[in-house]
Amino acid sequence: MIDFTFIAERYNYWIFIVLMMVGLYTVIARGNLIKKMIGLNLFQTSVFIYYISMGKIAGGTAPILIGGEAHGGGHEEEAAHGAEAVTSATSTPHAESLHAAPAPEGVNDLSAAVADAAPSAMEGHEALHAAPTANPALTAPAEAPPIHTTPSFDVAPSADAHAAAAGHAGATLHQAAEVIYTNPLPHVLILTAIVVGVATTAVGLALAVRIREAYGTIEEDELEAADDISEFGHALNGETRA
Amino acid sequence: MINIAQQLPVIPIILPLVTAPLTLLIKPGRAPWAWVTFISWVIFGACLAILAEVATNGVISYHLGNWAPPIGIEYRIDLANALVLVLVSGIAATVFPFSYESIRAEIDELQSPYFYCMMLICLTGLLGVTITGDAFNVFVFLEISSISSYALVAMGARRDRRALTAAFNYLVMGTIGATFFVIGLGLLYQATGTLNMADLHLKLAGVNSRVVEAGFAFIMVGIGLKLAMFPMHLWLPNAYTYAPSAVSAFIAATATKVAVYVLVRFFFSIFGVNFAFMTAAFTFVLLPLGVAGMFIASIVAVFQDDVKRMLAYSSVGQIGYMLLGISLGTKDGLQAALVHLLNHGLMKGALFMAVACVVLRIGDHCNTAFQGLSRRMPFTTWAFIISGLSLVGVPLTVGFVSKWYLLKAAFLAGHTVTAFLVVFSSLIAVVYVGRIIELMVLREPPKDGPLSAPVKEAPWSMIICMWVLVFANIYFGVRTDLTAGLAGRAAEALMMTAGGQ
Repeated sequence: MIDFTFIAERYNYWIFIVLMMVGLYTVIARGNLIKKMIGLNLFQTSVFIYYISMGKIAGGTAPILIGGEAHGGGHEEEAAHGAEAVTSATSTPHAESLHAAPAPEGVNDLSAAVADAAPSAMEGHEALHAAPTANPALTAPAEAPPIHTTPSFDVAPSADAHAAAAGHAGATLHQAAEVIYTNPLPHVLILTAIVVGVATTAVGLALAVRIREAYGTIEEDELEAADDISEFGHALNGETRA
Repeated sequence: MINIAQQLPVIPIILPLVTAPLTLLIKPGRAPWAWVTFISWVIFGACLAILAEVATNGVISYHLGNWAPPIGIEYRIDLANALVLVLVSGIAATVFPFSYESIRAEIDELQSPYFYCMMLICLTGLLGVTITGDAFNVFVFLEISSISSYALVAMGARRDRRALTAAFNYLVMGTIGATFFVIGLGLLYQATGTLNMADLHLKLAGVNSRVVEAGFAFIMVGIGLKLAMFPMHLWLPNAYTYAPSAVSAFIAATATKVAVYVLVRFFFSIFGVNFAFMTAAFTFVLLPLGVAGMFIASIVAVFQDDVKRMLAYSSVGQIGYMLLGISLGTKDGLQAALVHLLNHGLMKGALFMAVACVVLRIGDHCNTAFQGLSRRMPFTTWAFIISGLSLVGVPLTVGFVSKWYLLKAAFLAGHTVTAFLVVFSSLIAVVYVGRIIELMVLREPPKDGPLSAPVKEAPWSMIICMWVLVFANIYFGVRTDLTAGLAGRAAEALMMTAGGQ
């Protein structure tokens, strides 16, 4: 029996797969070099989405140390910080108060408050951590926060992977349980991959321009016919005309 | 004061990466070439020093920016990649000085700084792929070398506009390959949470989940595209044929070899032979595709009327031998693959250089241009003949050494049929190399037509560099302890991490 909630839960991977196949199909099926290039770009971009959604943890904050100290910082302290932030944000409507707050706390507390404000997400996530075998889909969808992506596959060291994902920024496991960070590493990796993608697209489009200058066309079948004519004196494929 | 000796592992990467943009500032003409040649020699020296260090003192682990490995990027050099480093930098150190006359004739002089800049960037990428111990770093360097080689191939457009379409197809295939590779890396990262190769190996030990298996498949297909594994080789013949001659010599001798090295590294140092899919990959993918490549690509090579294209198809066939060696999954098979990787770089480099000399003087690389060549350009002819015989596997040349180890490994692994197939496919190489040798030695030069104009021997700068590689073909064919001995130790170390015998 197909578990539809399980599938629906991982919709981010479906987006990735669909985009990837659309891109790959365009590269293979289209004869126009520009369309090929755009298809290739789409194909690469789908991988960016895969990496980014892989690092995202539901309710996770930006990977910035929360609180004044790098180490320690028990749950009560964090909660207090969060509460402070909420109260300061609500009681003093001036935006300045946020800006004027001492740098290490003021900047981060807002995100902590956001994280705390969505306890359902935290709970859902904790459930994920606690029971890698249990089906996370059962608890999640009803109160799923807007960006809910579960970086979970049915892998044996699933708990390890989660911990590594959550705590990669140098935070200890203990801290990771208190404050949930989004894993920054896939995002950073994908920044590099984006640069590679841009460079590839630029080179490919530049080649398309040069091909158009040399052949007068960027349709693949016409290019082939032009090469056949210059080599054999006639097009080998009867249907195409140069 | 920084201790240079401690920073040695990073020199082959930093030096070309920093000097490449500086090349753009140099006045077009002879200066960029001299500068790049000098850099390539320094890098070759550094790589030799690294090899000597690794051979005596064992694995070098260099932490970039002093960040400790699982988190920071590590350059990890054992014998396997030290050997590939020396091959790549050695080919660069001979092809770069070689390229001046050839490139001057084939590329607009105003473009020469750009051209040499691109060569250095390509070299950076290839060395980076080889040296790094971080899986994602491999992707980045692979793309650095690939993107620059797309541009280098396209520079052949001044001679033949088909270089442009060849470069475009190369770009499409190469990018698909690289993207598959990244997807595979993503899956591995998702399963383990690490990208360091040694760490990946530890975390993947005993893990057989579908995520890891999918990652394995994506990585194998991705690298397979890059190394022109048999059915995925379609980008290669055109790219090698229409690229500027010096670029063909450089890329043919290095790019696919580095990709083969990456395959070895991922199979043996990361997944290990005990990984559930590995045996299946060996028996059902690498072995049949390797054998198919050996035969089909070699047979296609026989029917080419263009020498460069023939050599390109022969490259696809020779990669089949390396895949075959890897697929045996034994220490001997791996040693044979590594030896052939080095030796094939030497012979293809020399062969493409001989073609470059012919293109420079006679103006074409079709078969007709080689008719009666022994009377017109004797030095070039003999360089081609010796390295061609090496390609066939005649004793006293490096080709014989690789075939010998491959046969030995196949017999030891119990693949008797495969061993005979290796011998049969070598006979096909006799046919396609023999055809050209017959044209060069026994035929009269063309009497009329554009190729009949009287020609001089190629300039001495090209002859010297070409013969350096030809002598390397003979020298390492006699002193087998250097390549085969080191490759044997490298294979042993790889098998030790891989967990096999």
